[in-house]
Amino acid sequence: MQQYFEVRWHGRGGQGAKTAALLFGEAAMETGKYIQAFPEYGPERTGAPVKSFNRLSDGPIRVHTQVINPDVVVVLDASLLECLDVTEGIKEGGTLLINTQESVNELKKKLAKTEGYKLAIVDASKIAMELLKRDVPNTVMLGAMVKVTGALDWDSALASIEEKLNSKFRGRKEIIEGNIKAIKRAYDEVKVA
Amino acid sequence: MKILAKTGNEAMAYAMKQINPDVVAAYPITPATEVVQIFSNYVADGEVDTEFVAVESEHSALSACCGASAAGARVMTSTASQGLALMHEILYIAAGNHLPIVIALVNRSLSAPINIHCDHSDTMGSREAGWMQLYCANSQEAYDSIPIALKIAEACGVPAIVSTDAFIISHCMDRLEVLEDDEVQKFIGEYNPKYFALDLENPKTYGPLDLQDYFFEHKRSQIDAFSKVLSTYNKVAKEYEKLSGRYYPAVEEYKTDGADVAIFTAGSTADTAKEVVDELREQGRKVGLVRMRMWRPLPVEEIKAALGKFKAVAVMDRSDTMADFGGPVFLETRGILYDLDKKPIITDYVYGLGGRNVEIADIVRVYDEISEIAKTGKVKKLVTYLGVRGEE
Repeated sequence: MQQYFEVRWHGRGGQGAKTAALLFGEAAMETGKYIQAFPEYGPERTGAPVKSFNRLSDGPIRVHTQVINPDVVVVLDASLLECLDVTEGIKEGGTLLINTQESVNELKKKLAKTEGYKLAIVDASKIAMELLKRDVPNTVMLGAMVKVTGALDWDSALASIEEKLNSKFRGRKEIIEGNIKAIKRAYDEVKVA
Repeated sequence: MKILAKTGNEAMAYAMKQINPDVVAAYPITPATEVVQIFSNYVADGEVDTEFVAVESEHSALSACCGASAAGARVMTSTASQGLALMHEILYIAAGNHLPIVIALVNRSLSAPINIHCDHSDTMGSREAGWMQLYCANSQEAYDSIPIALKIAEACGVPAIVSTDAFIISHCMDRLEVLEDDEVQKFIGEYNPKYFALDLENPKTYGPLDLQDYFFEHKRSQIDAFSKVLSTYNKVAKEYEKLSGRYYPAVEEYKTDGADVAIFTAGSTADTAKEVVDELREQGRKVGLVRMRMWRPLPVEEIKAALGKFKAVAVMDRSDTMADFGGPVFLETRGILYDLDKKPIITDYVYGLGGRNVEIADIVRVYDEISEIAKTGKVKKLVTYLGVRGEE
């Protein structure tokens, strides 16, 4: 079967887990990949746990099933570790990337499974608060994501994200530059345990 | 050729934009998906010349479409699920009046219980209404099928539904290759209806009372118009291939050479099943896939030719007939194969109702079971409800 690179995003309604998956998907497409980006639809309420997904490949993607065994799991909100098992189904040798202020040791106490994958952390909320003045960790996490997975070419991914932000925020320079700065900082600050 | 990242909804709305229909009448509220909402942005931004009619229900939406189409306009709309159910009465009026309206549809289950996820109950419930039906496996096909369907509809005087799977395709962003606007315009051509109500030189009546004396002849002529859809489809699909490089047969065979068994299914599951076929073929298993794309009119000879050669066939139905005898694709396929001297054993798997995820393992299981049937000739269970709690 064709090899896919699969991602699961965990967030809370309003944090932009869906937007993150869409931005990551588009950025990947512009580096020449075939992509899927889709949210899990259920009751969508602000603050409720939500998931979204990516599937990437070098060739056309024909699989239309849910992502069960992701290569990468990204957690936008570490409080989710208290109520769900974010390691569920994670691929052997995969990556778990968490937006957190806590240490690796503290986090490990909350994780159902601590072996068999790579744990990476970054305080994306802090970066977002400092540079965007709001706790919107989704785009910030893209920087960390690209760094730890090596799934995409950094320069073209960054160019694509910038273009998307440009069309989304219709030239509001402050927001766009703030986001790009934040993404670059997350790229630099992410730590692999 | 341009490459865009678009969801299934966006892909269908984009195709509508490139068609630039004269009139779109719609009721853009759940259970409809975003197709109309996205299209209405094109209207607001002046990217199309379409007269957009916002109405108060799907019944009114299709009624307005009928009026506009009878007046000679090129007309499209979009809906899903209960929306199509509420249009049901008017589906027959469009078809009976030979009005070539195209619906960009997202397949969603019908209430109750309330659910807006994918199954094919909505369009399967309308299969006798006289509309051409095309089921698409992915966003690319949904995009490509809209101009194809429009061209056939207008050529044959038959309305058409192009459908794709809710959420799985409609809300999934995918890589999409699009044509240029003028290429689409050239492909569909100008719409010059042979008959229309606002033809002042040759005034016509639409929808008059038609009792015992002629109703039957008019129905027969409607069926006759339908009988020309498949040959027109084959021509138009080839034309579209020349333009885009993408060809979609009415009934698609995938790795059926030398296969003993096959799954016969529609929609996104057919795409997923191709991956399973590839994997099983690598293991040396003699399995294939036949995809049902056109379901109305029924491509009888194509289905016969595609399925007749296997020892066993499993139909995967994403809806049920409530006949206690499986799904509609199963029942009609059995009817089609009845005439063959040597016919495959055929069983049914009703699956994925209300958006239940179909896993690779589910499809592998179906191949395992029909391979066993092909070997032993014995059917343990004619209709299986795949992946339902409490059932084997």
